[in-house]
Amino acid sequence: MLSKKQLFMRGMIDVAPHMLSVIPFGIICGAIGVELGFNPYLVYAMSIIIFGGASQIVFLQLLSGGASSIVAVTSVGVINSRHLLYGAVISEYLEKLSFIKKLLISYFVVDQGFAESNKFFKKNKTEEYLHYHLIGTGGTLWICWQIATLAGIILGSFVPEELGLKFAIPLTFIAIVVQDLKKLDHVIVMLVCGISSLLFFEAPFKSYILISPVIALFVAALLLRLKK
Amino acid sequence: MTWLSITIAGILTYFTRMTMIALVRRDLLGEKIKAVLAYVPSAVFPAIIFPAIFINDYGAYIEMNDPKIFGALVAIIVGYFSKNVIATIFSGLLSYWIIIFVFLS
Repeated sequence: MLSKKQLFMRGMIDVAPHMLSVIPFGIICGAIGVELGFNPYLVYAMSIIIFGGASQIVFLQLLSGGASSIVAVTSVGVINSRHLLYGAVISEYLEKLSFIKKLLISYFVVDQGFAESNKFFKKNKTEEYLHYHLIGTGGTLWICWQIATLAGIILGSFVPEELGLKFAIPLTFIAIVVQDLKKLDHVIVMLVCGISSLLFFEAPFKSYILISPVIALFVAALLLRLKK
Repeated sequence: MTWLSITIAGILTYFTRMTMIALVRRDLLGEKIKAVLAYVPSAVFPAIIFPAIFINDYGAYIEMNDPKIFGALVAIIVGYFSKNVIATIFSGLLSYWIIIFVFLS
């Protein structure tokens, strides 16, 4: 049986390699927010209030491009809907916690933390204080994300506009999905989404950002059917 | 207005995290929905990637020889083989900068 502290430390260690991508991503997120012309306090507040890298960048990019707030907020919801899946997967290990503790720990469920803690949970089902591992991964990610976005906001105010740092936005998202290019079904879904986004780019309120994922998810559901 | 939107986006995001853990029975999401949710990144992020590369600041399609296309291709190749996020982003930026500052200036 591991102690709470040991589990917490284990979580920190397990998630440490991800810092190599989380920290630069946070710096880019902060720098781009400033580059797009937003108030630095607002850019930073998002890291606490939303705490979801990709969705933070999308939100700012859409608003700066003239999207309506409803579209921007909804797209954050769509992008972050993947957390429903994470929650469904790890809830089995958190069942014994009180309602309040469940509410608190939920804030720390993020991509990399979920991936590492879920791996650990599967191997160590019998540990009593399993959730401390999740606090270790999520807490570490939270602190690094805060520091990195702050650093990015400070750096961003020095980066000259000629560098075209905005181009880092698509590159960042390429880095997120590039490994899925190995799977044909994912490639099809990506192409459907990308091509739809170009076709519907002129749709009002920048709604292409919602229309294309809906079409792409529909295609994904069809592909799942064909697979069986 | 932006502050309000951020707050709502934050609450919405928190609900995506908390709902399955604290509010509902986890088997509420059927296997089918879970399988579709696994496609969310592939179904969402290209809608950011494609317009950011193929459409310029004025809303028009770019030329096929635009440095952004080259930068994106380099990033895809580097990312695919290196599996490294930093290498992906910086190889793309660097190849883009080399073209705009060395060849086009």
